[in-house]
Amino acid sequence: MKPFNSKLRLSSVIATLFVVAGCSDNDNNEEPQIVVPAPVPYTYQVTVTNLTHAQPLSPIAVALHNSDVEWWTIGEAASDALASLAESGSNEALLSDTTLFASATGNAPLPPGNSVTLAIIVDDIDNARISVATMLVNTNDAFSGVNGVDLSSLEVGDVYQRNALIYDAGTEENTEAIGTIPGPADSGEGSSEGREDHNVVTLHPGVVTASDGLTTSVLSADHKFDNPGVLISITRME
Amino acid sequence: MFRSTVNLSVKSALAISATALSMMSSLQAAELDITVQNLTQGIYFTPILVSAHSVDASLFELGATASTELQAMAEGGDISGLVSLTDSLSANNLINPAQGLLAPAQSAAGMLSTDDGNAVLSIVAMMLPTNDGFIGLDNWAIPSEAGTYTVYLNAYDAGTEANDEVRGSGMPGMAGFPVPGPLSPLLGEGGTGRDATIANATVHIHPGNIGDDNESGGVSDVNNTVQRWLNPVAKVTIVISE
Repeated sequence: MKPFNSKLRLSSVIATLFVVAGCSDNDNNEEPQIVVPAPVPYTYQVTVTNLTHAQPLSPIAVALHNSDVEWWTIGEAASDALASLAESGSNEALLSDTTLFASATGNAPLPPGNSVTLAIIVDDIDNARISVATMLVNTNDAFSGVNGVDLSSLEVGDVYQRNALIYDAGTEENTEAIGTIPGPADSGEGSSEGREDHNVVTLHPGVVTASDGLTTSVLSADHKFDNPGVLISITRME
Repeated sequence: MFRSTVNLSVKSALAISATALSMMSSLQAAELDITVQNLTQGIYFTPILVSAHSVDASLFELGATASTELQAMAEGGDISGLVSLTDSLSANNLINPAQGLLAPAQSAAGMLSTDDGNAVLSIVAMMLPTNDGFIGLDNWAIPSEAGTYTVYLNAYDAGTEANDEVRGSGMPGMAGFPVPGPLSPLLGEGGTGRDATIANATVHIHPGNIGDDNESGGVSDVNNTVQRWLNPVAKVTIVISE
């Protein structure tokens, strides 16, 4: 019902402006009264639960944006901003996009088994899309999230829930080697220079780990994961 | 719920008249625009078979022994047996839309017009490098409502060949997996072989590749950091236009 109401309000504003414009033709020196409509806020509450066994998630990035924004596409090269998130866990570049309507970020890594809830608000836009992204930090370049979910049919109180898959940014080879993984399993380098791997986003093949025969891996069986990696719930609050 | 509603209306149409029945049936024919995307990082799909057929047929059944036609597809990528089989059942087939191997992250698309009665969709293609792994969609009910539908496919094991993970043959019953040209440089060699026996002789969810990090020996010729997967392995987008 909300979008319908806001359309009604908009048309009454247009009618008001028309009347004001009509008045200005008169030789009336009174200042026309400009009616500024109260903004209609759209507030979403985003809860992210880490479903993995031992993969802390980098601070969750959430953004509301238009349909032109795609944080990733399977089969295409990752953007530099996504590569930065997937290799180092930093969402700074991803959220510095000035075309975003609004953004929010977690303030700390999200440990396995834990949840975090972030609020994100935009005024007067009833058809925003939402994206969520986070790195599995004990990997070379694994990330999870949702990409451009259409919120236009979400009524107040409605919940959209998705079990998110785990992707591979394709920008760093999955060596699992010492010095290449930013998470606590290694405390190694985050972003690496350039594109070291096949350079397209795919689903992640999983980590091998030293326990399963990758002799140079700093990871152990605890760091293995499977789909889904993250549970994402989006509730429209107003 | 939706399907049961359709079934109910089919029954009432039967009860009313033959004309009503033919109207219902004509609704079942459909124009499908089908795209299969390989979601994996390092697995190739051999020629894909997309088949719209009757509900009482199926290309494979979980927990049942694979047919010889399915075995030929899963072990060697040969879909000709399944094509003959489905042709004999008046199925509508989209054969090999990728025109060969479908590489990681790539998509293949094609059109499929279905006849009355071919109400379900099945998809299979062998996964390489695996011994008898395949992507599978089993009797997905084609919706009568126009729209865009997305289905994610899992990786299955045909249960017909031991997963030794070494170079070998694509012939049914012969050990090892076939190695088409583009795959050869991506694989190790000289592996001694992983599994020597079949642990589950029915069609089941594939346990996944193990592989190793030894390019000139070890137990497997599969590269363990690249040629693995987690489900799902393929995304199918079906656009129904009428």
